[in-house]
Amino acid sequence: MEHIRTTKVEQVKLLDRFSTSNKSLTGTLYLTATHLLFIDAHQKETWILHHHIASVEKLALTTSGCPLVIQCKNFRTVHFIVPRERDCHDIYNSLLQLSKQAKYEDLYAFSYNPKQNDAERLRGWELIDLAEEYKRMGVPNSNWQLSDANRDYKICETYPRELYVPRIASKPIIVGSSKFRSKGRFPVLSYYHQSKEAAICRCSQPLSGFSARCLEDEHLLQAISKANPANRYMYVMDTRPRHRVQSWWATQKDIGRIIVRISSKIWNDEKIRESDEKKRLNAMANRAAGKGYENEDNYSNIRFQFVGIENIHVMRSSLQKLLEVNGTKGLSVNDFYSGLESSGWLRHIKAVMDAAIFLAKAIEAESASVLVHCSDGWDRTSQVCSLGSLLLDPYYRTIRGFMVLIEKDWISFGHKFSERCGHLDGDPKEVSPVFTQFLECVWHLTEQFPQAFEFNEAFLLQIHEHIHSCQFGNFIGNCQKEREELKLKEKTYSLWPFLLDDQKKYLNPLYGSQSQKSAVLEPNTVSFNFKFWRNMYHQFDRTLHPRQSVFNIIMNMNEQNKQLEKDIKDLESQIKQRKNKQTDGILSKELLNSVRPESPALKATLSLKEQALLPVNDVLRTIEGSSPADNRYSEYADEFSKAEPAVVSLEYGVARMTC
Amino acid sequence: MEFAELIRTGQAQAELLRGPEEPPLRGTLCITGHHLMLSPGPQATPDLWLLLLRNVDSIEKRVAGDSGTITLRCKDLRVLQLDIEGVEATLDIARSIEALSSLESVITSFPFFYRPKGLRLGDAWHFHPPECYYKRVARETNAWRLSEANEDFSLCPSYPRAVIVPRAVDDSALARSARFRQGGRFPVLSYYHAPSGTVLLRAGQPLTGPQKRRCSEDEDLLRAVLAGARPGARGFIVDTRSPQAAKQARMTGGGTEAKAAYPGWKRLHRPLETGRPLQESFVRLVEACGDLEQSMDRWLNRLESCRWLSHVKETLSTACLAAQSMEQEGACVLVHGAEGTDSTLLITSLAQLILDPLSRTMAGFQELIEREWIQAGHPFQLRCAHSAFSHARPKHEAPTFLLFLDCVWQLGRQFPLSLEFGEGMLLALFDHAYASPFGTFLCNNEKERCLCEVRTRTHSLWSGLSQPKEQRKLRNPLYVPNPLAIWPSAEPQSLRLWQGDPPPPPWRSSRLCSASLPVLFLLRPVSARDPST
Repeated sequence: MEHIRTTKVEQVKLLDRFSTSNKSLTGTLYLTATHLLFIDAHQKETWILHHHIASVEKLALTTSGCPLVIQCKNFRTVHFIVPRERDCHDIYNSLLQLSKQAKYEDLYAFSYNPKQNDAERLRGWELIDLAEEYKRMGVPNSNWQLSDANRDYKICETYPRELYVPRIASKPIIVGSSKFRSKGRFPVLSYYHQSKEAAICRCSQPLSGFSARCLEDEHLLQAISKANPANRYMYVMDTRPRHRVQSWWATQKDIGRIIVRISSKIWNDEKIRESDEKKRLNAMANRAAGKGYENEDNYSNIRFQFVGIENIHVMRSSLQKLLEVNGTKGLSVNDFYSGLESSGWLRHIKAVMDAAIFLAKAIEAESASVLVHCSDGWDRTSQVCSLGSLLLDPYYRTIRGFMVLIEKDWISFGHKFSERCGHLDGDPKEVSPVFTQFLECVWHLTEQFPQAFEFNEAFLLQIHEHIHSCQFGNFIGNCQKEREELKLKEKTYSLWPFLLDDQKKYLNPLYGSQSQKSAVLEPNTVSFNFKFWRNMYHQFDRTLHPRQSVFNIIMNMNEQNKQLEKDIKDLESQIKQRKNKQTDGILSKELLNSVRPESPALKATLSLKEQALLPVNDVLRTIEGSSPADNRYSEYADEFSKAEPAVVSLEYGVARMTC
Repeated sequence: MEFAELIRTGQAQAELLRGPEEPPLRGTLCITGHHLMLSPGPQATPDLWLLLLRNVDSIEKRVAGDSGTITLRCKDLRVLQLDIEGVEATLDIARSIEALSSLESVITSFPFFYRPKGLRLGDAWHFHPPECYYKRVARETNAWRLSEANEDFSLCPSYPRAVIVPRAVDDSALARSARFRQGGRFPVLSYYHAPSGTVLLRAGQPLTGPQKRRCSEDEDLLRAVLAGARPGARGFIVDTRSPQAAKQARMTGGGTEAKAAYPGWKRLHRPLETGRPLQESFVRLVEACGDLEQSMDRWLNRLESCRWLSHVKETLSTACLAAQSMEQEGACVLVHGAEGTDSTLLITSLAQLILDPLSRTMAGFQELIEREWIQAGHPFQLRCAHSAFSHARPKHEAPTFLLFLDCVWQLGRQFPLSLEFGEGMLLALFDHAYASPFGTFLCNNEKERCLCEVRTRTHSLWSGLSQPKEQRKLRNPLYVPNPLAIWPSAEPQSLRLWQGDPPPPPWRSSRLCSASLPVLFLLRPVSARDPST
């Protein structure tokens, strides 16, 4: 690799991010074509994939060396001290180059080789079949059909080839509607609720401008409404905050009025005022370009609903603020909560959740079809559609179902993964944690409904890891057309089979109660149900985590139970056999034999018990890693003369990246 | 005194709302000397619904037309609503509840009348005498002795009859040291950490006063502690006040140990709030939890400004500091604040939970509470007179014990396998500390308990909790004995607000789709029709 000047630096120090006493590990830093690797004196390895690096920063030279701070997209933050400045500079420059690739072909996925042959790789790509998924939902049927309008990406480049539309919507109507919608993203089916006959549809905002209307679009909406015989009306959900959308229509005076309504607290914030100013200009520009929302007068039997999810720029800066707060050394409880509040992160999560709940309720309680859109229909729309389906359909709460959901509502409908995750060296304004928010919403649901999901938190974290890793082809590119052009299915591997192979790690041991398994979820969105997701944002800060895992122990118990139940069955069937034999008149000589202690079944049970109990001890042993030194109870740590052994474990989750 | 004088009405028809989760209950409402009773008609479920009147923290009445509504806010943080037929009946019932729930006399309280089937008076009161813990200590070391110098509570009214002190110090020296410490609380052993041979002590503040008085017996006592541990041992005095507050205490006769007078001991100040600020924090937290409609920002803002989690963090990290000093540094630790009956006990008891695997068992935890809270003289009667809803001006109320339970809950959340008891136990302790049919949390100290004959005339909570039916609710099914110290993380990201969630579903059938409700913290059942909203 032409970017690598130094491959190995010795005597590098790795600082604990939160330590107040500058505790550190000394080791060797290696730079490979794909990873940055740190091996400490205890031979513990810390792997950092270049694609995971969000930013590299070289701080001012200190007496002990040159500090290098690396922030990762998976929320790992490492702080190295490189003894010689020249080495530091070399690594810094290499990482700058390596972490931002200019071409798709340079991404890790194109060189990653997990030793599978072509047939296996292809099978991996065919694992999730969306046609199969629509069949499962019950389409095509008498009201919905597969449209071939976009077969060659002629109508909409960012949609997939296969689209499902109302049977009565003719091709001219579709074409007409697509011209009226931003980026040609006309209303199509996202989820069909078989028993309610109601549908979730998605699209982008209409280009209605000042007074323009589009008859075809109105027809298409009518067709969607009519495709649901159970209900006369349908909902159109605009996921943007109402005041933002309205301002496109409002005169200067109106805008002034709206802004007064924004709470004075926000208004006082200089930065927000500035950005609001910008938004106002944006809105004016948008209005001139003729973008907006449907004019209610032109659509009959349609109920409009605004839900306020903010745009990608607000979300990006919100996450930024959140990370700034929780990365602070010696954070006090008050600073933490006021930071959490001012970042607005949990408010945004709640907004997404509320929107999804509205959607699910409209379908479940009113049997009404819902059309969801935001501006372009690939960020907020994806969040709301996928979360809404997740609430409604228990299938999406299984491991495979969740993969299907992501494949359908995110990948195939053109969520711009490459731009939102910053895979390539592109416009930083396009980066936004939209998918991370979706995962966080799902996590909040798993917290509220511990029995409703087949997968656990580790599954969500692993998916989050891989949307940034570029190790697999699934999330590369911004839409299906682009993916086909990149020939991803021939050149890269799919993530899903690898996750399925490791399924055991991702199983939720509590899954399975019939009531939660099959029901529609109705989460409670009272503010205090939303919590900071520590396991995501502090994934690699092991000292902040609980030291014992309930999940592990329940998994073990489950295994043990299953085995014991099997043993019972075996023994019962043996008893039955014996009884039959007895009634057949065979004498009890054999019976005596079987009671002997070396009965194979008994032996198996015993050895199994030991095996199953072993991991419990492992759990125990890990507590030893918990030492008071890790926890920074006080600034008085210096008062204690003895040097404590530094136990900073950053190994967690590293091996996974390279699986 | 006759309760009958205070009861103004016989009975009335009423409907009770207990929260969004439970169906309303209709029936006949009665008031007895200690209870509010609702007996449903014969057609409904035969269960009698009972509320201990002592549990009522605040009462609010409204009348409209020919019926009235009474909202009861309980000390265990439940909110109940009674819709009563008849204006006169409503007012009478409200007045009766008001009068009966504010009775202050201990010996007429319900525990003195409570005689449940299956329990014998006197049971379990003998479970945890000081001798019992002394035996454990004596097995490890003979540097300590059990002194009965406080037999008649003359040295210290808030200590038990027998306390563990250094063998080298005789009773007359103890008496002089007691005169030098606030409330007579001379340094006594709280916990002996066998692996390191160090001890945890607690005391009241030294009465140095503005003249910086000294007391050679007190100094000898602390010197003997170090000598008893091992030659050259050091000690830390953890003062739970800020250096300024400790200095200021001199003006009122208190103070803190002078460095020169106690060689080998080093003072650390870890300010912890007690009393009024803690109570206010609690009240504001519960207020914040009661508002279900507030926006995310408002909620986070209120959670921050009530400072409850800051108290949890400070408490946990101070307890860890004390435990760390013993286990890692091999140093003896003396903890005191001003009186030595609040934050001092918080620290000593939490440090033991962290270090001592035995105190993390069911029996060990009960012993810890008995020894470190009840016998150590935490004034439960004063501190738990009112909970978060009371409109009365707080005098001595403070949720110190609740703060302890919250910290234990945080420990249990970070080490879900290491505590033998579950959240049910902590909630039960909270309920019983504020209002209980048992006598365990009555009175402020052992002396008062003796005067009231609590031990012979009431039942012990521990015998009530030891019944198999109760045990199932209190145990942690995942418990695996863990011989190591458990070091929690006290970072704000690791702490969570204690919501009082129902236990996870495998151990309780959960209702369809209702998730773990908004029953926040102690606001377990929130009233469905809270008139205040």
